[in-house]
Amino acid sequence: MTSTLTARKQRSDLPEARRSDVLTFRQRLNRLDVKASPYLYIAPFFILFGLIGLFPLAYTFVVSINDWNLLTGPGEWVGLANYAAEMVDPFFWKSLFNTMSIFLLSAIPQLIAATFFAAILDQNIRAKTFWRMSVLLPYVVTPVAVTLIFSSAFDEKYGLINNVLTAFHIDPVAWKTDVFPSHIAIASMVNWRWTGYNALILLAAMQAVPRDVHESASLDGAGSLRRFFSITLPSIRPTMIFVIITATIGGLQIFTEPKLFNATSATPGGPQRQYQTTVLYLWDMAFNRQNFGKASAIAWLLFLLIVIIGVLNFLISKRIATTEAKVSRRRASKRLAAYEADRALGAGSTSTLPAAPAADDAKRES
Amino acid sequence: MSAIATKQAPAATTHSRAPRRRSMGIDRRPGWFTYAVLIVIFVGGAYPLWWSYIAGSSPSSVLSAQWPPILPGSLFWKNVAEVLDTVPFWLALGNSIIVSSVITVSVVFFSTLAGYSFAKLKFRGREGLMVFVIGTLAVPTQLGIIPLFMLMKQFGWTGTLGAVIVPTLVTAFGVFFMRQYLLDVIPDELIEAARMDGASMLSTFWHVGVPAARPAMAILALFTFMTAWTDYLWPLLVVPQNPTLQVALSQLQSAKYVDYSIVLAGAVMATIPLLVLFVLAGKQLVSGIMAGAVKG
Repeated sequence: MTSTLTARKQRSDLPEARRSDVLTFRQRLNRLDVKASPYLYIAPFFILFGLIGLFPLAYTFVVSINDWNLLTGPGEWVGLANYAAEMVDPFFWKSLFNTMSIFLLSAIPQLIAATFFAAILDQNIRAKTFWRMSVLLPYVVTPVAVTLIFSSAFDEKYGLINNVLTAFHIDPVAWKTDVFPSHIAIASMVNWRWTGYNALILLAAMQAVPRDVHESASLDGAGSLRRFFSITLPSIRPTMIFVIITATIGGLQIFTEPKLFNATSATPGGPQRQYQTTVLYLWDMAFNRQNFGKASAIAWLLFLLIVIIGVLNFLISKRIATTEAKVSRRRASKRLAAYEADRALGAGSTSTLPAAPAADDAKRES
Repeated sequence: MSAIATKQAPAATTHSRAPRRRSMGIDRRPGWFTYAVLIVIFVGGAYPLWWSYIAGSSPSSVLSAQWPPILPGSLFWKNVAEVLDTVPFWLALGNSIIVSSVITVSVVFFSTLAGYSFAKLKFRGREGLMVFVIGTLAVPTQLGIIPLFMLMKQFGWTGTLGAVIVPTLVTAFGVFFMRQYLLDVIPDELIEAARMDGASMLSTFWHVGVPAARPAMAILALFTFMTAWTDYLWPLLVVPQNPTLQVALSQLQSAKYVDYSIVLAGAVMATIPLLVLFVLAGKQLVSGIMAGAVKG
């Protein structure tokens, strides 16, 4: 025991240059271990991810510049002809319109509702865990089950929703035939499943706001509504951006809900493709019409769209954040100046309390 | 150790302020409005499930009733039998359990290994590779289905569970999540100490890294399992004849005429396993989502 200890001590005391001369086999092994292990540990991830994630995506591009059929395999090299064909295909544009429409109908109401739910949960309520779990309940219902449940509720003849509408003497809505109602129906499935999940993410962000900030504002006389708009909302903005970006990546790839919304339609996405999203169009092109070349071009166009929207999202939210920071910094310095002037005037009666939040604000915003 | 001490310090100060804060009214118990909203949210989340149980336990004529009934009927088991006749429910359930479990074990293992390396080991190119991982977080790998499908066909894997499992063996999110967690949770001194005691790199990972990573591994496992369980597009493509639960469920309504009481009985049956999971691990799901938000 002592011998190994001293041996190791000696080894570490040796200067770098001399050490390599006296390396034993074990030391060499140890050195290799230190050098190689980090790479060995990350290698499985990179190899597998390359094979199952990146290679297929890259190969999709190869397929897209060929005339490629599901059954006959690769045909001629056609350059960007598949892309050109899709760019003038009305079905492609229709699918993009449907995707964007369903995405906006789900993302915007969902974000507003999730923020509201989070604000409700962010109070000092009783049985916190129970209520937090209860907003998450829809999340454990799988998208397939959600779609089956909602597509029965939105059935045009015997659906729960039209039944209730008729009971109130409102005309039934053609949920599965008309464009806009079908988009609302599909968006409502997404909203039902994901609002609670996003509410919990936003709740976590709200709870990370230091209590002192609320405290100071409260002392300043800000009510809970005022505090929500002036403190809570600005401080959860990074998390909101995170939620929006994840919602964008997921929302632009929506598949299950429109696929199963109307089982009696032979064309996926409705007889007139009223709610055929782009991924569904891709699916139809690849596996029903068996045109892999065009389907791959669709995949790449959608990929580019997702990247562009993601980057735009990021830039816009960054721009908003910086301008807002500038404005609030200006505001804070004004307030600070006013306060200093006040004190300089010798308004000794002013209590020291309001000063604390002002200074606090300035520090936070700078 | 010092890191832990500094972390506790601010917590202690806020704690001592607690009584003062209460008097200022920002921690007041909310009024009835809050609870009314919470109840509405709860009913909105639970009602579609309850209603599918009602419809799944009644004859299909119940769907044309003007006002939906409040109480379930008595035909649930009859409809369940019908579901079992229409689709291979037990096979699908077994397939889903196998697929989701294998994917979960693989994702958690490889993510912990790579996450540990990124968080705690020093090597050349670490920053660059991590940026690459973060960049791929946003890549929609689902769009690579066409070459993946061709590969599976080429290998003759279509129809086997391997075809479902292989494309999700690792995720960039898993690596990112484990790295973020391990970054602050293991003090570097602990790893150095283990190395000083003569532990090899692997045994340091196993005896220091893995025990520290356990809470995050549990959360990652839960979410990976959920994601694998709910996946529909890819299994529908490669194993329509040897279905996972989601594929089998969707096949319930693939007929010309859709009998919703049977479809909804199936939806209830397929939701029960996850409801059980929710009751057992709902708390962990909640804290997992909330923890991921702060880290991410």
